[in-house]
Amino acid sequence: MGKTLAEKIWEDHVVRRADGEPDLLYIDLHLIHEVTSPQAFDGLRLTNRKIRRPDLTIATEDHNTPTQNIDQPIADPVSKLQVDTLRKNCAEFGVRIHSLGDIEQGIVHVVGPQLGLTQPGMTIVCGDSHTSTHGAFGALAFGIGTSEVEHVMATQTLPLARPKTMAINVEGKLKSGVTSKDIILAIIAKIGTGGGQGYVLEYRGSAIRELSMEGRMTICNMSIEAGARAGLIAPDKTTFNYIKGKPHAPKGADWDAAIAYWSTLVTDSDAKFDAEINLDASELAPFVTWGTNPGQGLPLNSNVPNPAEIADAEARGAAERALIYMDLTAGTPLKSIKIDTVFLGSCTNGRIEDLRAAAEVIKNKKIASSLRMLVVPGSARVRLQAESEGLDKVFIDAGAEWRNAGCSMCLGMNPDQLKPGERSASTSNRNFEGRQGKGGRTHLVSPLVAAATALRGTLSSPADL
Amino acid sequence: MEKFIRHTGSALPLRRSNVDTDQIIPAVYLKRVTRSGFEDGLFSAWRSDSEFVLNKPEYSKASILVAGVDFGTGSSREHAVWALQNYGFKAVISSRFADIFRGNSLKGGLLTVILPQEQVEALWLAIESDPTTQVTVDLESRTVTYNDVTCSFELDDYTRWRLLEGLDDIGLTLRHEDVVTSFEEKRAEFKPKTLPALA
Ligand code: SF4
Repeated sequence: MGKTLAEKIWEDHVVRRADGEPDLLYIDLHLIHEVTSPQAFDGLRLTNRKIRRPDLTIATEDHNTPTQNIDQPIADPVSKLQVDTLRKNCAEFGVRIHSLGDIEQGIVHVVGPQLGLTQPGMTIVCGDSHTSTHGAFGALAFGIGTSEVEHVMATQTLPLARPKTMAINVEGKLKSGVTSKDIILAIIAKIGTGGGQGYVLEYRGSAIRELSMEGRMTICNMSIEAGARAGLIAPDKTTFNYIKGKPHAPKGADWDAAIAYWSTLVTDSDAKFDAEINLDASELAPFVTWGTNPGQGLPLNSNVPNPAEIADAEARGAAERALIYMDLTAGTPLKSIKIDTVFLGSCTNGRIEDLRAAAEVIKNKKIASSLRMLVVPGSARVRLQAESEGLDKVFIDAGAEWRNAGCSMCLGMNPDQLKPGERSASTSNRNFEGRQGKGGRTHLVSPLVAAATALRGTLSSPADL
Repeated sequence: MEKFIRHTGSALPLRRSNVDTDQIIPAVYLKRVTRSGFEDGLFSAWRSDSEFVLNKPEYSKASILVAGVDFGTGSSREHAVWALQNYGFKAVISSRFADIFRGNSLKGGLLTVILPQEQVEALWLAIESDPTTQVTVDLESRTVTYNDVTCSFELDDYTRWRLLEGLDDIGLTLRHEDVVTSFEEKRAEFKPKTLPALA
């Protein structure tokens, strides 16, 4: 029997297999940031261990970093300590780091692909659950905890139980105004936040093949929101073209060897998935979340659901609690919900195509006076690229704030936070209670919906303008 | 790592599903560079409500958390495990855990026990009607017992052995360092390296 893409990559990385033990898997690339690494470095020091492969390791500062006044010392002393600790640790252990102010600095999942370090067939880990983003290149990429970070540092391997595989087939053509963000929100609403638990997801079908690399990254990014540690897409011409010429892309004979290998990275026609889900892309509409987990989403044209109509007791209870937290009443049209803050950014939708799409909607218009809009590029390079295209002017002229790169309001560790009771339309990936600031309320949306919402003041799509 | 063989204590009912790691410990508490002191952030948003179960005096000594389905979803922050441990929890029982949280907990010696939802419900009723009910989580026999009830749970032999012995995963892997080295010798040349930095 043939193998799925995930199984092929897995098999290619098994260092050791023994009965009754997890497989020991080799890790090709380890990404590090300031929040989940300090205790791991400490662990190495305590046991007198080194980083086995600093040349397969790279660090960036993103979660805590301010997006304003980045030439000044970080104002929050605890954030500053965490960032300083990362810098010291990287110097001590010989790890390459891109610090605030460096041209390569940015959100870890934006930086890897843009440097060309993310390539098909690799195993990639990071102490961050959205490492699944890199699966868009046909890599097996997943988030790990700090103990595992230390394990990879010391051994460049991880003991892991083999996951099951799930195919998510998305066939058909997307309607205009519908994006990859809407695809993934629809998938999560369909299978639930636990639906992918224990699986590696493979996104397949014509609608997926049509997507750009950045669109694919948006989808793989949110695999974890469906409970799956990893999600991936078979590499193809789109992938190869994207990688070609990037700083760390293979060159010369290496390029040919790489292409030859990468071309084998497809699920065999006789391979079997443990589960399979089908979605018709042509039926999808812009999607938004109304609740406090990413599975609580609906097409924008719908009304806030009535928990009483939900059959499953568990889901009904969760919906009741979510509506209280979100301060929403069943039956309210989603489009009438007023928004205080629009956040355009994050490792889900903070890339150049996302900024372009939003700018196109906003161009020569003004955002509603009732709200503020934060535009936070995913990396310093994305910011520069946007500026060279004049996108910064589009946003600033419309009344939005143009910021420096980082995670920012996606998780509210830096000063960019919602106030209690404030409501956001956010292109990020998590609408958990308090995620963007204590008491803050989050609606997850695509960049197009974010832009249209900024103009109208209520949840909207460009078609409503 | 401390060995986990069995633990007996009172238990706290957390009747909520989908408890994500942002609830277990919000991001603003993640700025510490140590492994201790995270108990102050545990469920901090919910703790501001005096009715929240963690604030009830009858559960103040609980060392076993009994939670709803899909516990630990979201972020990979191991701080969630540390916050639970720093607070004094030795085990968490639920009918389903998120993958990364479960991996983190079993690495760090916080035993996560999966029981069918009906058994979780029955346990909730027992500890709600008598909060002093003593619950034993026994890893040796893979059972949870309270009053006259015994429930079995599954955990793979390897992880069980590691926890029973209190073994550190890194040390175990380093026993096979030679295999890692020979694997590295065969890795494809075209695979990228982060050093030297290329522009
Ligand atoms: S942008 Fe948000 S989800 Fe992405 S790495 Fe940063 S905090 Fe995590």
